[in-house]
Amino acid sequence: MNAPAYNFAYLDEQTKRMIRRAILKAIAIPGYQVPFASREMPMPYGWGTGGVQVTAAILGPQDVLKVIDQGSDDTTNAISIRKFFAKTAGVATTTATDVATVIQTRHRIPETTLHENQVLVYQVPIPEPLRFLEPRETETRRMHALAEYGLMHVKLYEDIARFGHIATAYAYPVKVNARYVMDPSPTPKFDNPKMDNCAALQLFGAGREKRIYAIPPYTQVVSLDFEDHPFEPYRFNAPCALCGAENSYLDEIVTDDKGGRMFVCSDTDYCEGRQAAGHHGSLSAAPYKEKAGSHG
Amino acid sequence: MTTIAELPPGFADKVLSAQSTFRSVMDAMARPGSVQRIVPMAGAPDMMMRGTAAIALTLFDHDTPLWLDARLAESSDIVKWLKFHTGAPVVQDSSIASFALISDGAALPPLERFALGSNEYPDRSTTIILQVDSLDAGRNFELRGPGIDGVATLGATIRPADLFERLRVNEALFPRGIDVVLVADDAVVAIPRTTRVVSKGS
Repeated sequence: MNAPAYNFAYLDEQTKRMIRRAILKAIAIPGYQVPFASREMPMPYGWGTGGVQVTAAILGPQDVLKVIDQGSDDTTNAISIRKFFAKTAGVATTTATDVATVIQTRHRIPETTLHENQVLVYQVPIPEPLRFLEPRETETRRMHALAEYGLMHVKLYEDIARFGHIATAYAYPVKVNARYVMDPSPTPKFDNPKMDNCAALQLFGAGREKRIYAIPPYTQVVSLDFEDHPFEPYRFNAPCALCGAENSYLDEIVTDDKGGRMFVCSDTDYCEGRQAAGHHGSLSAAPYKEKAGSHG
Repeated sequence: MTTIAELPPGFADKVLSAQSTFRSVMDAMARPGSVQRIVPMAGAPDMMMRGTAAIALTLFDHDTPLWLDARLAESSDIVKWLKFHTGAPVVQDSSIASFALISDGAALPPLERFALGSNEYPDRSTTIILQVDSLDAGRNFELRGPGIDGVATLGATIRPADLFERLRVNEALFPRGIDVVLVADDAVVAIPRTTRVVSKGS
Protein backbone atom coordinates (compact mmCIF):
# COMPACT_ATOMS: atom_id res chain seq x y z
CA MET A 1 0.00 0.00 0.00
CA ASN A 2 1.09 3.50 -0.76
CA ALA A 3 -0.82 5.52 1.82
CA PRO A 4 1.10 8.35 3.47
CA ALA A 5 2.29 7.60 6.98
CA TYR A 6 0.56 10.62 8.45
CA ASN A 7 -2.15 13.13 7.64
CA PHE A 8 -1.65 16.52 5.96
CA ALA A 9 0.15 18.76 8.49
CA TYR A 10 0.71 15.76 10.77
CA LEU A 11 -2.34 16.04 13.06
CA ASP A 12 -5.37 13.79 12.57
CA GLU A 13 -8.66 15.41 11.56
CA GLN A 14 -10.41 14.96 14.90
CA THR A 15 -7.57 16.77 16.67
CA LYS A 16 -7.68 19.57 14.13
CA ARG A 17 -11.44 19.99 14.63
CA MET A 18 -10.93 20.23 18.40
CA ILE A 19 -8.14 22.80 18.00
CA ARG A 20 -10.11 24.75 15.41
CA ARG A 21 -13.10 25.01 17.74
CA ALA A 22 -10.79 26.27 20.50
CA ILE A 23 -9.29 28.86 18.13
CA LEU A 24 -12.76 30.20 17.23
CA LYS A 25 -13.66 30.59 20.92
CA ALA A 26 -10.29 32.20 21.61
CA ILE A 27 -10.92 34.81 18.91
CA ALA A 28 -14.43 35.45 20.24
CA ILE A 29 -13.10 36.05 23.78
CA PRO A 30 -9.88 38.04 23.25
CA GLY A 31 -7.20 37.27 25.82
CA TYR A 32 -9.10 34.41 27.48
CA GLN A 33 -7.18 31.12 27.67
CA VAL A 34 -9.25 28.34 26.12
CA PRO A 35 -8.37 24.86 27.43
CA PHE A 36 -7.70 22.31 24.69
CA ALA A 37 -6.70 18.66 24.51
CA SER A 38 -3.07 19.22 23.58
CA ARG A 39 -1.47 16.24 21.87
CA GLU A 40 1.94 14.65 22.08
CA MET A 41 3.99 15.98 19.20
CA PRO A 42 7.16 14.54 17.69
CA MET A 43 9.23 17.09 19.63
CA PRO A 44 9.55 17.73 23.34
CA TYR A 45 7.39 20.13 25.34
CA GLY A 46 9.18 23.44 25.44
CA TRP A 47 10.10 23.24 21.77
CA GLY A 48 6.94 24.90 20.59
CA THR A 49 4.39 22.07 20.61
CA GLY A 50 1.56 24.53 21.29
CA GLY A 51 2.49 26.77 18.41
CA VAL A 52 3.03 23.75 16.18
CA GLN A 53 -0.45 22.42 16.92
CA VAL A 54 -2.07 25.78 16.20
CA THR A 55 -0.10 26.11 12.97
CA ALA A 56 -0.99 22.55 11.95
CA ALA A 57 -4.69 23.27 12.51
CA ILE A 58 -4.79 26.42 10.37
CA LEU A 59 -2.20 25.63 7.69
CA GLY A 60 -3.32 24.97 4.10
CA PRO A 61 -1.46 24.13 0.89
CA GLN A 62 -1.66 27.78 -0.27
CA ASP A 63 0.10 29.11 2.81
CA VAL A 64 3.66 30.40 2.95
CA LEU A 65 5.21 29.64 6.31
CA LYS A 66 7.90 31.54 8.19
CA VAL A 67 9.25 30.34 11.53
CA ILE A 68 11.40 32.45 13.84
CA ASP A 69 13.12 31.75 17.11
CA GLN A 70 14.13 34.89 19.04
CA GLY A 71 13.79 36.79 15.78
CA SER A 72 16.08 34.48 13.88
CA ASP A 73 15.09 32.29 10.92
CA ASP A 74 18.14 30.09 11.18
CA THR A 75 18.33 28.73 14.70
CA THR A 76 17.70 25.05 15.48
CA ASN A 77 14.12 25.43 16.69
CA ALA A 78 13.07 27.57 13.73
CA ILE A 79 14.71 25.32 11.16
CA SER A 80 13.27 22.14 12.71
CA ILE A 81 9.72 23.45 12.74
CA ARG A 82 10.00 24.91 9.24
CA LYS A 83 11.27 21.57 7.93
CA PHE A 84 8.56 19.73 9.87
CA PHE A 85 5.81 21.56 7.99
CA ALA A 86 7.64 21.52 4.67
CA LYS A 87 7.71 17.73 5.02
CA THR A 88 4.29 17.00 6.55
CA ALA A 89 2.24 19.64 4.74
CA GLY A 90 4.38 20.38 1.70
CA VAL A 91 3.88 24.11 2.19
CA ALA A 92 6.17 26.77 0.79
CA THR A 93 8.46 28.29 3.39
CA THR A 94 10.17 31.65 3.49
CA THR A 95 12.30 33.84 5.69
CA ALA A 96 10.83 37.07 4.32
CA THR A 97 8.29 38.51 6.75
CA ASP A 98 6.19 40.34 4.18
CA VAL A 99 5.50 37.33 1.92
CA ALA A 100 4.63 34.89 4.73
CA THR A 101 0.94 34.16 5.39
CA VAL A 102 1.55 32.22 8.60
CA ILE A 103 4.42 33.16 10.91
CA GLN A 104 5.18 30.94 13.87
CA THR A 105 7.30 32.69 16.45
CA ARG A 106 9.19 31.99 19.61
CA HIS A 107 9.67 35.10 21.74
CA ARG A 108 9.70 37.88 19.13
CA ILE A 109 7.38 39.88 16.90
CA PRO A 110 8.96 40.73 13.52
CA GLU A 111 10.12 44.33 13.06
CA THR A 112 8.35 44.59 9.70
CA THR A 113 4.75 45.71 10.25
CA LEU A 114 2.38 42.79 9.80
CA HIS A 115 -0.53 43.03 7.37
CA GLU A 116 -4.11 41.76 7.20
CA ASN A 117 -3.40 38.55 5.32
CA GLN A 118 -1.08 37.21 7.99
CA VAL A 119 -1.51 35.10 11.09
CA LEU A 120 1.11 35.28 13.82
CA VAL A 121 1.31 32.08 15.91
CA TYR A 122 3.16 32.38 19.23
CA GLN A 123 4.78 29.50 21.09
CA VAL A 124 3.90 29.97 24.74
CA PRO A 125 5.58 28.23 27.70
CA ILE A 126 3.46 29.54 30.63
CA PRO A 127 0.20 31.08 29.38
CA GLU A 128 -1.08 32.16 32.81
CA PRO A 129 0.25 35.65 33.66
CA LEU A 130 -0.82 35.21 37.28
CA ARG A 131 0.79 31.79 37.75
CA PHE A 132 3.90 32.98 39.58
CA LEU A 133 1.75 35.11 41.86
CA GLU A 134 -0.89 32.43 42.55
CA PRO A 135 -0.05 28.79 41.85
CA ARG A 136 -3.61 27.42 42.10
CA GLU A 137 -5.44 27.14 38.78
CA THR A 138 -8.82 27.34 40.57
CA GLU A 139 -7.80 30.70 42.04
CA THR A 140 -6.30 32.25 38.89
CA ARG A 141 -9.39 31.17 36.98
CA ARG A 142 -11.59 32.96 39.50
CA MET A 143 -9.37 36.02 39.38
CA HIS A 144 -9.85 36.17 35.60
CA ALA A 145 -13.60 35.61 36.02
CA LEU A 146 -13.82 38.58 38.38
CA ALA A 147 -11.22 40.64 36.49
CA GLU A 148 -9.40 40.82 39.82
CA TYR A 149 -5.93 41.88 38.73
CA GLY A 150 -4.79 43.87 41.76
CA LEU A 151 -2.10 41.29 42.48
CA MET A 152 -0.42 41.97 39.14
CA HIS A 153 -0.25 45.68 39.90
CA VAL A 154 1.23 44.88 43.30
CA LYS A 155 3.93 42.86 41.56
CA LEU A 156 4.76 45.75 39.24
CA TYR A 157 4.68 48.13 42.21
CA GLU A 158 7.14 45.92 44.11
CA ASP A 159 9.47 46.26 41.12
CA ILE A 160 9.31 50.03 41.51
CA ALA A 161 9.81 49.86 45.29
CA ARG A 162 12.86 47.63 44.87
CA PHE A 163 14.49 48.93 41.69
CA GLY A 164 12.97 52.34 41.13
CA HIS A 165 11.37 51.29 37.87
CA ILE A 166 9.29 48.40 36.49
CA ALA A 167 12.04 45.84 36.02
CA THR A 168 9.96 43.30 34.11
CA ALA A 169 11.73 43.13 30.74
CA TYR A 170 9.95 40.27 28.99
CA ALA A 171 6.58 38.51 29.27
CA TYR A 172 5.35 41.96 30.29
CA PRO A 173 1.63 41.64 31.13
CA VAL A 174 -0.93 43.28 28.87
CA LYS A 175 -4.66 43.91 29.09
CA VAL A 176 -6.58 42.84 26.00
CA ASN A 177 -9.72 44.68 24.90
CA ALA A 178 -9.95 46.26 28.37
CA ARG A 179 -10.85 42.93 29.98
CA TYR A 180 -8.38 40.05 30.25
CA VAL A 181 -4.84 40.36 31.54
CA MET A 182 -2.75 38.22 29.22
CA ASP A 183 0.79 36.92 28.99
CA PRO A 184 2.27 37.97 25.64
CA SER A 185 4.66 34.95 25.90
CA PRO A 186 8.28 35.77 26.76
CA THR A 187 8.65 38.44 24.08
CA PRO A 188 10.76 41.43 25.11
CA LYS A 189 8.55 44.30 26.26
CA PHE A 190 9.99 46.20 23.29
CA ASP A 191 7.51 44.19 21.20
CA ASN A 192 4.40 44.91 23.30
CA PRO A 193 3.34 48.04 21.37
CA LYS A 194 3.28 45.97 18.15
CA MET A 195 0.45 43.84 19.54
CA ASP A 196 -1.84 46.84 19.91
CA ASN A 197 -4.19 47.46 16.98
CA CYS A 198 -2.20 44.96 14.88
CA ALA A 199 -3.62 44.25 11.41
CA ALA A 200 -2.78 40.54 11.65
CA LEU A 201 -4.57 37.90 13.70
CA GLN A 202 -2.45 36.76 16.67
CA LEU A 203 -2.87 33.21 18.00
CA PHE A 204 -1.10 31.76 21.05
CA GLY A 205 -0.55 28.06 21.71
CA ALA A 206 0.76 26.52 24.93
CA GLY A 207 1.25 22.77 24.43
CA ARG A 208 2.31 21.57 27.85
CA GLU A 209 -0.16 23.86 29.63
CA LYS A 210 -2.92 23.02 27.12
CA ARG A 211 -4.19 26.52 26.43
CA ILE A 212 -4.97 28.49 23.28
CA TYR A 213 -5.68 32.22 23.27
CA ALA A 214 -5.92 34.97 20.71
CA ILE A 215 -5.89 38.66 19.91
CA PRO A 216 -8.15 39.50 16.96
CA PRO A 217 -6.88 42.12 14.48
CA TYR A 218 -7.36 45.77 15.43
CA THR A 219 -7.79 45.02 19.11
CA GLN A 220 -6.65 47.25 21.93
CA VAL A 221 -3.70 45.78 23.81
CA VAL A 222 -2.39 47.88 26.71
CA SER A 223 0.76 47.16 28.70
CA LEU A 224 0.00 47.48 32.42
CA ASP A 225 1.61 50.45 34.10
CA PHE A 226 1.08 53.36 36.50
CA GLU A 227 0.39 57.03 35.78
CA ASP A 228 3.68 58.07 37.40
CA HIS A 229 5.58 55.06 35.99
CA PRO A 230 4.32 54.71 32.43
CA PHE A 231 5.22 51.69 30.33
CA GLU A 232 8.48 52.13 28.44
CA PRO A 233 9.81 49.73 25.84
CA TYR A 234 13.45 48.89 26.46
CA ARG A 235 16.21 48.77 23.87
CA PHE A 236 20.02 48.77 24.09
CA ASN A 237 21.23 52.30 23.36
CA ALA A 238 23.20 51.47 20.24
CA PRO A 239 22.70 51.09 16.50
CA CYS A 240 22.85 47.59 14.98
CA ALA A 241 26.50 46.81 14.25
CA LEU A 242 25.59 45.20 10.92
CA CYS A 243 22.82 47.34 9.44
CA GLY A 244 22.93 50.47 11.57
CA ALA A 245 19.24 50.27 12.53
CA GLU A 246 18.37 52.64 15.36
CA ASN A 247 14.88 51.35 16.02
CA SER A 248 15.11 47.55 16.05
CA TYR A 249 15.42 45.19 19.00
CA LEU A 250 19.06 44.21 19.55
CA ASP A 251 20.85 41.09 20.72
CA GLU A 252 24.07 41.55 22.67
CA ILE A 253 26.78 39.24 21.32
CA VAL A 254 30.00 38.62 23.24
CA THR A 255 32.88 38.57 20.77
CA ASP A 256 35.91 37.74 22.91
CA ASP A 257 36.97 37.19 26.51
CA LYS A 258 38.18 40.76 27.00
CA GLY A 259 34.78 42.39 27.33
CA GLY A 260 34.29 42.87 23.60
CA ARG A 261 30.70 42.78 22.41
CA MET A 262 28.52 43.86 19.57
CA PHE A 263 24.85 44.67 19.22
CA VAL A 264 22.95 43.28 16.25
CA CYS A 265 19.29 43.11 15.21
CA SER A 266 17.52 40.12 16.71
CA ASP A 267 15.27 40.02 13.62
CA THR A 268 17.60 38.48 11.02
CA ASP A 269 15.25 39.03 8.08
CA TYR A 270 14.90 42.71 8.93
CA CYS A 271 18.67 43.11 9.33
CA GLU A 272 19.50 41.29 6.08
CA GLY A 273 16.86 43.30 4.25
CA ARG A 274 18.41 46.55 5.44
CA GLN A 275 21.92 45.43 4.53
CA ALA A 276 20.73 44.42 1.06
CA ALA A 277 19.22 47.89 0.73
CA GLY A 278 22.65 49.39 1.35
CA HIS A 279 22.53 50.21 5.06
CA HIS A 280 25.75 49.57 6.94
CA GLY A 281 26.75 49.41 10.56
CA SER A 282 30.12 49.94 12.22
CA LEU A 283 31.13 46.27 11.95
CA SER A 284 29.58 45.24 8.66
CA ALA A 285 32.04 43.66 6.28
CA ALA A 286 32.15 41.25 3.40
CA PRO A 287 31.33 37.68 4.46
CA TYR A 288 34.26 35.97 6.19
CA LYS A 289 36.29 33.70 3.90
CA GLU A 290 38.89 31.21 5.06
CA LYS A 291 42.36 31.90 3.75
CA ALA A 292 43.69 29.19 1.45
CA GLY A 293 46.09 26.85 3.21
CA SER A 294 45.35 28.05 6.72
CA HIS A 295 43.82 25.25 8.75
CA GLY A 296 44.81 26.20 12.19
CA MET B 1 -37.03 6.49 3.61
CA THR B 2 -33.50 7.53 2.64
CA THR B 3 -30.79 4.93 2.90
CA ILE B 4 -27.19 5.82 3.62
CA ALA B 5 -26.28 5.32 -0.02
CA GLU B 6 -28.80 7.97 -1.06
CA LEU B 7 -27.56 10.63 1.37
CA PRO B 8 -25.88 13.65 -0.18
CA PRO B 9 -22.10 13.17 -0.02
CA GLY B 10 -19.69 14.96 2.31
CA PHE B 11 -16.50 16.68 1.15
CA ALA B 12 -14.73 15.09 -1.81
CA ASP B 13 -11.41 15.84 -0.08
CA LYS B 14 -12.09 15.78 3.65
CA VAL B 15 -8.77 17.18 4.80
CA LEU B 16 -8.20 20.15 2.51
CA SER B 17 -11.88 21.07 2.24
CA ALA B 18 -12.18 21.23 6.02
CA GLN B 19 -9.01 23.33 6.19
CA SER B 20 -10.25 25.80 3.60
CA THR B 21 -13.69 26.03 5.22
CA PHE B 22 -12.13 26.57 8.63
CA ARG B 23 -9.93 29.40 7.37
CA SER B 24 -13.03 31.14 5.97
CA VAL B 25 -14.83 30.78 9.30
CA MET B 26 -11.70 31.82 11.25
CA ASP B 27 -11.29 34.92 9.06
CA ALA B 28 -14.99 35.69 9.52
CA MET B 29 -14.66 35.38 13.30
CA ALA B 30 -11.44 37.45 13.35
CA ARG B 31 -12.96 40.19 11.16
CA PRO B 32 -16.61 40.52 12.18
CA GLY B 33 -18.85 41.88 9.45
CA SER B 34 -16.53 40.84 6.63
CA VAL B 35 -18.18 38.47 4.16
CA GLN B 36 -16.10 35.32 3.66
CA ARG B 37 -16.78 32.71 0.99
CA ILE B 38 -16.76 29.00 1.53
CA VAL B 39 -15.21 27.42 -1.53
CA PRO B 40 -15.30 23.63 -1.10
CA MET B 41 -18.65 22.12 -1.89
CA ALA B 42 -20.31 19.20 -0.22
CA GLY B 43 -23.69 17.71 -0.89
CA ALA B 44 -26.28 19.25 1.39
CA PRO B 45 -29.67 17.91 2.32
CA ASP B 46 -32.75 20.08 1.59
CA MET B 47 -33.14 23.13 3.84
CA MET B 48 -29.41 23.13 4.61
CA MET B 49 -27.35 25.72 2.73
CA ARG B 50 -24.05 24.57 1.25
CA GLY B 51 -22.15 26.90 3.58
CA THR B 52 -23.90 25.39 6.59
CA ALA B 53 -23.14 21.88 5.36
CA ALA B 54 -19.44 22.71 4.93
CA ILE B 55 -19.26 24.23 8.42
CA ALA B 56 -20.96 21.16 9.90
CA LEU B 57 -18.48 18.83 8.19
CA THR B 58 -15.59 21.01 9.38
CA LEU B 59 -16.44 21.62 13.04
CA PHE B 60 -18.93 18.99 14.27
CA ASP B 61 -18.05 15.61 15.72
CA HIS B 62 -18.90 13.30 18.62
CA ASP B 63 -17.64 15.94 21.08
CA THR B 64 -20.13 18.62 20.02
CA PRO B 65 -23.74 18.26 21.17
CA LEU B 66 -25.92 19.77 18.48
CA TRP B 67 -29.29 21.46 18.75
CA LEU B 68 -31.57 21.73 15.70
CA ASP B 69 -34.52 24.05 15.24
CA ALA B 70 -37.90 22.39 14.86
CA ARG B 71 -37.90 22.43 11.06
CA LEU B 72 -34.49 20.72 10.84
CA ALA B 73 -35.18 18.30 13.67
CA GLU B 74 -38.32 17.10 11.91
CA SER B 75 -36.42 16.25 8.75
CA SER B 76 -35.10 12.72 8.93
CA ASP B 77 -32.83 13.46 5.94
CA ILE B 78 -31.07 16.25 7.85
CA VAL B 79 -30.72 14.25 11.05
CA LYS B 80 -29.41 11.21 9.17
CA TRP B 81 -26.99 13.27 7.11
CA LEU B 82 -25.57 14.95 10.20
CA LYS B 83 -25.34 11.67 12.07
CA PHE B 84 -23.66 9.83 9.22
CA HIS B 85 -21.15 12.53 8.25
CA THR B 86 -20.35 14.15 11.61
CA GLY B 87 -21.47 11.78 14.38
CA ALA B 88 -22.54 14.78 16.46
CA PRO B 89 -25.20 13.85 19.06
CA VAL B 90 -28.43 15.77 18.48
CA VAL B 91 -29.77 17.01 21.82
CA GLN B 92 -33.20 18.33 22.86
CA ASP B 93 -31.81 20.56 25.58
CA SER B 94 -30.40 23.68 23.89
CA SER B 95 -28.57 24.73 27.07
CA ILE B 96 -25.95 21.98 26.65
CA ALA B 97 -25.39 22.42 22.92
CA SER B 98 -21.98 23.34 21.48
CA PHE B 99 -23.63 24.34 18.23
CA ALA B 100 -27.18 25.23 17.26
CA LEU B 101 -28.33 25.05 13.65
CA ILE B 102 -31.14 27.46 12.82
CA SER B 103 -32.76 27.25 9.39
CA ASP B 104 -35.79 29.32 10.24
CA GLY B 105 -34.72 32.53 11.96
CA ALA B 106 -38.27 33.37 12.94
CA ALA B 107 -38.17 30.36 15.25
CA LEU B 108 -34.91 31.32 16.98
CA PRO B 109 -35.53 30.62 20.68
CA PRO B 110 -34.66 33.25 23.31
CA LEU B 111 -30.86 33.38 23.49
CA GLU B 112 -30.76 32.60 27.22
CA ARG B 113 -31.98 29.11 26.43
CA PHE B 114 -28.58 28.35 24.92
CA ALA B 115 -25.35 27.75 26.81
CA LEU B 116 -23.81 31.12 27.70
CA GLY B 117 -20.72 29.71 29.39
CA SER B 118 -19.69 30.58 32.93
CA ASN B 119 -17.50 33.42 34.10
CA GLU B 120 -14.75 30.87 34.78
CA TYR B 121 -15.26 29.04 31.46
CA PRO B 122 -16.89 31.50 29.04
CA ASP B 123 -15.83 29.25 26.15
CA ARG B 124 -18.42 26.65 27.16
CA SER B 125 -21.11 28.41 25.19
CA THR B 126 -23.29 27.65 22.19
CA THR B 127 -22.22 28.88 18.78
CA ILE B 128 -25.35 29.60 16.76
CA ILE B 129 -25.23 28.94 13.04
CA LEU B 130 -28.08 30.92 11.55
CA GLN B 131 -29.14 30.66 7.93
CA VAL B 132 -30.23 34.05 6.57
CA ASP B 133 -31.68 35.31 3.29
CA SER B 134 -28.81 37.51 2.18
CA LEU B 135 -25.45 38.80 3.33
CA ASP B 136 -24.92 41.30 0.55
CA ALA B 137 -28.18 43.20 0.34
CA GLY B 138 -30.78 44.48 2.74
CA ARG B 139 -30.64 46.60 5.84
CA ASN B 140 -27.33 48.21 6.71
CA PHE B 141 -25.71 47.51 10.02
CA GLU B 142 -22.75 49.28 11.60
CA LEU B 143 -20.39 47.03 13.51
CA ARG B 144 -17.68 47.92 16.01
CA GLY B 145 -15.40 45.88 18.21
CA PRO B 146 -12.25 43.75 18.18
CA GLY B 147 -11.33 42.62 14.68
CA ILE B 148 -12.79 45.75 13.10
CA ASP B 149 -10.64 48.69 12.00
CA GLY B 150 -12.98 51.46 13.13
CA VAL B 151 -16.41 50.64 11.73
CA ALA B 152 -17.54 47.83 9.44
CA THR B 153 -20.74 47.99 7.45
CA LEU B 154 -22.80 44.91 6.74
CA GLY B 155 -25.74 44.85 4.37
CA ALA B 156 -27.89 41.86 5.17
CA THR B 157 -31.38 40.46 5.18
CA ILE B 158 -31.73 38.64 8.48
CA ARG B 159 -34.53 36.99 10.33
CA PRO B 160 -35.27 37.48 13.16
CA ALA B 161 -35.25 41.20 12.32
CA ASP B 162 -34.34 42.01 15.92
CA LEU B 163 -31.35 39.64 16.03
CA PHE B 164 -28.83 42.34 16.86
CA GLU B 165 -31.09 43.89 19.50
CA ARG B 166 -31.27 40.46 21.11
CA LEU B 167 -27.51 40.04 20.89
CA ARG B 168 -27.08 43.12 23.08
CA VAL B 169 -27.22 40.73 26.05
CA ASN B 170 -23.61 39.94 25.09
CA GLU B 171 -22.63 43.40 26.28
CA ALA B 172 -23.83 42.82 29.83
CA LEU B 173 -22.86 39.15 29.96
CA PHE B 174 -19.27 39.45 28.73
CA PRO B 175 -17.11 37.36 28.93
CA ARG B 176 -20.10 35.00 28.80
CA GLY B 177 -22.16 35.21 25.67
CA ILE B 178 -23.29 33.83 22.35
CA ASP B 179 -21.29 33.81 19.14
CA VAL B 180 -23.27 33.77 15.90
CA VAL B 181 -22.25 32.63 12.45
CA LEU B 182 -24.55 33.88 9.70
CA VAL B 183 -24.73 31.82 6.52
CA ALA B 184 -26.32 32.72 3.19
CA ASP B 185 -25.58 30.09 0.57
CA ASP B 186 -21.74 30.09 0.39
CA ALA B 187 -21.28 33.42 2.23
CA VAL B 188 -20.39 33.56 5.91
CA VAL B 189 -20.34 36.44 8.40
CA ALA B 190 -19.49 35.95 12.06
CA ILE B 191 -20.75 38.08 14.94
CA PRO B 192 -18.67 37.12 17.98
CA ARG B 193 -19.82 38.22 21.43
CA THR B 194 -17.50 41.26 21.38
CA THR B 195 -19.16 42.87 18.36
CA ARG B 196 -21.54 45.79 18.91
CA VAL B 197 -24.08 46.34 16.15
CA VAL B 198 -26.15 49.40 15.35
CA SER B 199 -28.90 49.20 12.75
CA LYS B 200 -28.73 52.04 10.22
CA GLY B 201 -32.00 51.28 8.44
CA SER B 202 -32.09 50.35 4.76
